Amino acid sequence: MNHDALRRLKSTVVVWLCGLSVVVALVPLAFILFFVVSQGIQALNWDFFTKLPAPVGEPGGGFANAIVGTLMLVGIGAAFAVPVGVISGVYIAEFPATKLATMARFAADALNGVPSIVVGVFVYGIAVMPFKQFSAIAGGISLGVMMIPIVTRTTEELLKLVPPALREGALALGATRGWATLTVVLPAAAPGIITGVVLALARIAGETAPLLFTAFNNRFFSADPTQPISSLTVQVFTYAISPYEDWHRQAWAGALVLVSLVLFCSVLARVATRLLERLQTGH
Amino acid sequence: MRGWLKRGDLGFKLGTGAFAALVVLVVAGIGFELWRQSALSLEKFGLGFWLGDVWDPVSGEFGARPFIWGTLYSSVLALAVATPIALGIAIFLSELCPARLRMPLTFLTELLAAIPSIVYGLWGIFVLVPAVRQFELWLPASLKALPIFNGPPVGVGMLSAVLILAVMIIPFTSSVAREVLKAVPNAQREAAYALGATKWEAIRAALFYARTGIIGSIILGFGRALGETMAVTMVIGNNPQITLSLFKPQYTMPAVLANEFTEAADDLYLSALIEIGLVLFVITLIVNTASRLLIWSMNRPARAPRAVRVTQVAAPAGGAA
Repeated sequence: MNHDALRRLKSTVVVWLCGLSVVVALVPLAFILFFVVSQGIQALNWDFFTKLPAPVGEPGGGFANAIVGTLMLVGIGAAFAVPVGVISGVYIAEFPATKLATMARFAADALNGVPSIVVGVFVYGIAVMPFKQFSAIAGGISLGVMMIPIVTRTTEELLKLVPPALREGALALGATRGWATLTVVLPAAAPGIITGVVLALARIAGETAPLLFTAFNNRFFSADPTQPISSLTVQVFTYAISPYEDWHRQAWAGALVLVSLVLFCSVLARVATRLLERLQTGH
Repeated sequence: MRGWLKRGDLGFKLGTGAFAALVVLVVAGIGFELWRQSALSLEKFGLGFWLGDVWDPVSGEFGARPFIWGTLYSSVLALAVATPIALGIAIFLSELCPARLRMPLTFLTELLAAIPSIVYGLWGIFVLVPAVRQFELWLPASLKALPIFNGPPVGVGMLSAVLILAVMIIPFTSSVAREVLKAVPNAQREAAYALGATKWEAIRAALFYARTGIIGSIILGFGRALGETMAVTMVIGNNPQITLSLFKPQYTMPAVLANEFTEAADDLYLSALIEIGLVLFVITLIVNTASRLLIWSMNRPARAPRAVRVTQVAAPAGGAA
């Protein structure tokens, strides 16, 4: 009798502890979002988006060059990571039993776990050292390398979800395997893949470590892919560890822009997925 | 016509295969490039590189042991803090949560993984570090005599790094653990309930069934902690020393890369830093592979429940082997 009461008590305690751990994890999330919004909003003004950084020590100035830089870096990265990711994902999904598919799947998972700073060191070796020049291209390559595994695995997972009947229909009408994939299977999975790509873009836009010694930083406006370029993240880092009060304020504003971007993409992806599910199941 | 079709199919396989091979090449390329660029340091210092305690690039002394220590110490402590919380979340979301709350709570906990590392770092510098400093000042002197609490109350240091790392790895462990728990057949829980188990006892049965995958999820969190760069760099204090103290500033492998890479004036210094990158790459590769293998082994249908295996063993020789 007593023993059973103890068991029930233990069970109740554990259930509460589990619920409590969710709260414990959400407290820092709330704290971070609160500070980013409340501190960031104070420094966020029109200048932030339109002005270049002020000379060291002078107040004012903005992140215009950093915003353009981040867009360029993400663009360069996506330009090669999306094709590589999608096509390698197609191969893994289409020929899952081959040795190459197993290796590529393993490689994508491994790449996903490689610390971002190590990707930076790698790209420094292949794209900075030979030219003795930090550049937007090098920065874009490191972001692309970070992006490839996410796109590869998303594409593979989504292609596997396409009902086999669709492909069989195309094959029965005389399409080759490649043609069936290209014109029937891929379009069916496309909305999901695009959602995955948007999430991956949001993730690499928030990366700092791989840019530190590839894209480096630039206090001036630059749109030249062969020159060092500023980015939101590196600029936030530089300002955060600086001794200037005004730069700290601007760092918070930069953080607010980054977090808004990530939140916007996450919510967009979530809503899109929900809509797609509804469309596919027909409810 | 048939020949053309076949050739087209072969082209499709080769064309897409080239890109799959490219993904493999990138990973191999990272390993090769890091090894090639660190040759100078590998040759000059050999194993001694990882045994030395003094890191003084100016006088050409490169001992990387403090970085290994800082990386492992911070990651292990972060794991100790994060694992119970992450597993609690996974259990709550997969076993206990009311269906209506499940989606929003899952979304919120996974949002922790979406916040950029630099934002964690910024928050760390201006919010967490001052709070930790207050805690360090408040702590009674009798406790400060303990080796883990001695040191100056400056805020930046191991404790801040551990706390921030813990928050950052929670979503990784909890989301994989949740998936693993979701894959546990309901029969496991129902069997436990049928025997009169309480809720916790039924959950324990599910946890036991899923144990390899759960361990995989924990190791995955460990791999993330090892490689985390920006947030740790901004709060750990960046001072290469080997100490148990939570209050003293220390240094990690990713942090030294982030701080010193662009300052490395001579080839040997740069090569030494790249060797740190190489070792970090190898360690995280091993850790992540171990974690993947454990998680994958969960999904394999070969993992039949014990009861079924017993019947197979007991079946007469006529049965399939």
